[in-house]
Amino acid sequence: MPASNIEDQIPDTVSYNFNIRPILSDKCYKCHGPDASKRQAGLRLDKPESAFKALRDNPNAHVLVAGMPEMSELFKRVSTNDTSEMMPPANSNLKRLTPHEVDLVKKWIKQGAKYEKHWAFVSPKSWPVPEVKDKEWPKNPIDNFILHKQEQYGVKPSPEADKEHLLKRVSLDLTGLPPTLAMQNTFLADKNPDAYNKVVDELMKSPAYGEKMALHWMDVARYADSHGYQDDNYRTQWPWRDWVIHAYNENLPYDKFISWQLAGDLMPNANKEQLLATGFNRNHKITEEGGVIDEEYRVAYVTDRTNTFGKALLGVTIECAHCHDHKYDPFSQKEYYQLFSFFNSVKEPGIQSTVGGPETYAKRPMMQVTNDDVKGILKFINKQDTGKLIVSVMGDSEVYRKTYILKRGNYDAHGDEVEPGTPKSILPFDNSLPKNRLGLAKWLFDKRNPLTARVFVNQTWQELFGKGIVKSSGDFGMQGDLPSHPELLDWLAVDFMNHGWDMKRLVKQMVMSATYRQSAVITADKMKVDPDNTLLTRGPRYRLHAELVRDLVLASSGLLTPTIGGPSVNPYQPPGLWENATSGRGILASYKQVHGSDLYRRGMYTLIKRTVPPVEMAIFDASNRDQCEVKRLRTNTPLQALLMENDPTVLEAARVLAAKLLADKSQSKDKITKAFRLIMCRTPNEKELGILTGYYADQLKTLNKKDAQKVLSVGEYPIPKDLDKITLAAMMETVDTIYNLEEAITKT
Amino acid sequence: MEKDILEHRLNINRRRFLSRLSLGLGSIALGSLLIPDLFTGSGADSEADFIPGIPNFAPKAKRVIYLFQDGAPSQLESFDYKPKLREMMGQDLPPSVRGNQILTGMTANQAHFPLVGSFYDFKQYGESKAWVSDLFPHIGKIADDICIIRSMYTEAINHDPALTFFQTGAQQGNRPSMGSWVSYGLGSENQNLPAFTVLLSKGKGNGQGVYSKLWSNGFLDSIHQGVQFSSGENPVLYLNDQPGIDRRERRKMLDKLAELNDISYKEFGDPEISAKVQQYEMAYRMQAAVPEIMDVSKESDDIIKMYGPDCLVPGTYAANCLLARKLSENGVRFVQLYHQGWDQHNNLPQEMAGQAMDVDQASAALVTDLKQRGLLDETLVIWGGEFGRTNYSQGKLEKANYGRDHHPRCFSIWMAGGGIKPGIVYGESDEFGYNIVKDPVHVHDFHATILNQLGLDHKKLTFKSQGRRYRLTDVAGNVVKGILS
Repeated sequence: MPASNIEDQIPDTVSYNFNIRPILSDKCYKCHGPDASKRQAGLRLDKPESAFKALRDNPNAHVLVAGMPEMSELFKRVSTNDTSEMMPPANSNLKRLTPHEVDLVKKWIKQGAKYEKHWAFVSPKSWPVPEVKDKEWPKNPIDNFILHKQEQYGVKPSPEADKEHLLKRVSLDLTGLPPTLAMQNTFLADKNPDAYNKVVDELMKSPAYGEKMALHWMDVARYADSHGYQDDNYRTQWPWRDWVIHAYNENLPYDKFISWQLAGDLMPNANKEQLLATGFNRNHKITEEGGVIDEEYRVAYVTDRTNTFGKALLGVTIECAHCHDHKYDPFSQKEYYQLFSFFNSVKEPGIQSTVGGPETYAKRPMMQVTNDDVKGILKFINKQDTGKLIVSVMGDSEVYRKTYILKRGNYDAHGDEVEPGTPKSILPFDNSLPKNRLGLAKWLFDKRNPLTARVFVNQTWQELFGKGIVKSSGDFGMQGDLPSHPELLDWLAVDFMNHGWDMKRLVKQMVMSATYRQSAVITADKMKVDPDNTLLTRGPRYRLHAELVRDLVLASSGLLTPTIGGPSVNPYQPPGLWENATSGRGILASYKQVHGSDLYRRGMYTLIKRTVPPVEMAIFDASNRDQCEVKRLRTNTPLQALLMENDPTVLEAARVLAAKLLADKSQSKDKITKAFRLIMCRTPNEKELGILTGYYADQLKTLNKKDAQKVLSVGEYPIPKDLDKITLAAMMETVDTIYNLEEAITKT
Repeated sequence: MEKDILEHRLNINRRRFLSRLSLGLGSIALGSLLIPDLFTGSGADSEADFIPGIPNFAPKAKRVIYLFQDGAPSQLESFDYKPKLREMMGQDLPPSVRGNQILTGMTANQAHFPLVGSFYDFKQYGESKAWVSDLFPHIGKIADDICIIRSMYTEAINHDPALTFFQTGAQQGNRPSMGSWVSYGLGSENQNLPAFTVLLSKGKGNGQGVYSKLWSNGFLDSIHQGVQFSSGENPVLYLNDQPGIDRRERRKMLDKLAELNDISYKEFGDPEISAKVQQYEMAYRMQAAVPEIMDVSKESDDIIKMYGPDCLVPGTYAANCLLARKLSENGVRFVQLYHQGWDQHNNLPQEMAGQAMDVDQASAALVTDLKQRGLLDETLVIWGGEFGRTNYSQGKLEKANYGRDHHPRCFSIWMAGGGIKPGIVYGESDEFGYNIVKDPVHVHDFHATILNQLGLDHKKLTFKSQGRRYRLTDVAGNVVKGILS
């Protein structure tokens, strides 16, 4: 076992892509990189033809002399202590290279200073599945790649997680819901080697699977129930959300899933489902502020679509080329506007209407969802009344709108005209393709496109393992993180394409791997050698996403209303949040809480008003849906503690579950065990049970009738009359304690 | 105890500790004093990533109170005296003055742009002889304590982008708020209170709304998110314990939680578990600290008189000013107030008088109060909106009624304390109050200056996200040296 951190080791062969370029990109490219306007001394280090040339100002010196670091200015400048010579310059705000980085540069030059094309812009290769020493461990090729690397570093995988933890993990990952007691019992009793496979299949067949998968896509697609900007009135975009859930459940292949969203309206004989899918590109904010400059906002919408396309589907920060050539990646400003032009012919103004009635809940181009539609082709839409329902979708005007480079990104500063096109460093746009969004979708799913499959495979991995193989899942460019397992990423991408972009297959492949099934225990050794779990020697252990915290609470208490789709709802929220932050216009100016079963819908159906997003979600790091996001933060704050302690949703769930337990004819020990199993998804050990039964006994003693009444007063769900108030309150407090355990809302 | 916690986490994972603990970068210096080997040991070189050259220099200000006037108050009825506009009342704005300025959709189609002078008179105050309108007599009286900048300008012409720009340094949203940057850079001075707090109030004037994305942490850790304090029973969301549960009972529950979490920690070894226990403890301390702050019953009569009777009415601007002083006094780094209702497209004379009445006395009282306590030197107070207003009337100009449209090219704000030169007027607009003729101050310059006063170099306070190092000032900004004392 190596003694030091894996990041401190110097590899036998220093790779430009993996070891050197990150250093140069971070510390040198700012002045010696792709941006011509900032270039110093005529030197660019990102191109070998420039880097090997003699210095402009000193023809006797060379930046790089292959094999001879001492002759290379690069090495001399980064290692010197002479402030007049050193690079990056002392006054540059860039930090110096660390000794470890200097050593890498030295070895790289010694080994010939070989450049490589940026890994992400080279099509993925179908790497052979590596041989491993421990033939027993791998369950599928993923494991060979993972174990192969572990063996290189001399570390070992963890044993498989016990069945209880594993079931909780996979159930939350595939459905976003904790396993029911029945599922727990069946799985624990099933000694068949196929038991896990069976449960995975069962979970993937559940309609909750589509909801869970759609949750991530809502962030990507910046879905919300309001128009954004200052008035932020209501919009009815939720039928599009219902379609996404449906598409995941139907296992629509990824190429179709995306092509419809990008260009469903342009498909030959497009049907209404394909048209609805294009709502994806109309989820952006739309202003209703009277008096705005129309073109400024129209351009903002096109910009949003272009940036979303880049980040979500290509995993690149194309938006950096909005105002100038990209400083790090090979995207020119011209290429940005070439991509922009695909989204620039939509039949839309910058402002269509100010705050108004239902006719403003979608903006042209829009489609109407009729009552016939929801009986037929759009039957997955949970339309609950017969009123008019409109959704914003895509539609181009007959006349192609000319696109110009916008100087410094300003909507009114037209530069040269550009033709539709794609960044050539990724893949040049094939001239035989139609020059519209349909052509763009075809380009995206060209098997030579180096990014499409990798980016999606990586996002899927991120949602299951907690972080991507490329940690910066929205940036595969020069400044992004390098893949921890490049061959695996490629293998998965190629395999995904070769199997018809089958999303369910991809997900199953990952959760069936031994890598995924490992125990999440962090031993002292693992913490020392690989604190970030880069080598995946243990299973994922992460706090749940905001919506799933809510789902876990509701599902375990039995309160959850399992309805799929439909208009979003307003559950409990502390008073005044909307009222104190509103222009006063529109139906979202004040918060109207729902009642009855609508109070207990899954987190993904909580109405998202962009300017004041649901607070219980915001506190747990949910996206505010302002822009496309592909990765959430995962923080740990005192406000989260206060929320779990005092949120009526949690308290009511504790009370309802307590009442159910008390109705069972069993000992209090068994009742608490049952609550523990429902919430934590495992049986408590003796010590845990002892602490909890002790707490329950104590509560029974300390609570008086008056306090018990108060304790029970939270939430609208009725309290059974026949129960003793003090007993119920004591049990409720005990259940509430379980909800507040760290492990309760953690995927273990 | 402090040391134990630190050591415990450090032994587990230095890096995670640094990125998650509710201390700012500046506090790392403190951490390294407590535990000398904080920056040594394996992987030490990568630790440098968390200290982008901080502290850059000795700070003048330790804390900020930002009195944001939401909706954009007119500079022409407040701090930028333009007698010429009265002389030319009703005449069209000369096209040469307007130049290439883009107009909003609200006035772009007006056939005429009739100039309109302030309905209210101006007086000169103090030794600085600063001109202040009759709407703001109390602020006039502290003219020698404040620095009026009459040459602010911004890039946005509509509320949402302009507000977002002022708060985050970018128009498009999703970036950390100024308060979040400060929290990230300096951390909290008080272990029981968040470093960045937000207070809202609303006037009767035409309002535009504020929204929580303005105090969002963007890509920074959510510990840096602005925490809204509100009037009423629950000053911080979910702060009050559930009904029927008192402090002693909560303590009991927390002890059980800690015991149970510890079992889990022993099994999993995940530092997140012990971090969670700490967050529950901080929440518990906050529950005691916040009500104490909210309680104004111990304030002297003189103080109440100075802020005005409104300061006893929770949720008013005056009450928020008093609360801001208390939060700031207790070490909250950044207190952000918003007072809504400053969007006078019409009915300006009447509406603006109401708005001024809301804020004049309490704004001045805050500065005076801080000064009396010897806190003004280390507290930077800022007063201003997101842009200015046009020198011509929106819609019809009547004798006692007019409105003004948005004007990004020139407007006024003021600052006090925190090493800002008192009793000066900085910058100058032309006689039409339309263009800046001297010492323009861009929003990025404004941000750079605030950070500078806090001892932070705006070029060095960066955070790497999605492959780019972001700053509050994007790629621009110069410290406005002319206003520093």
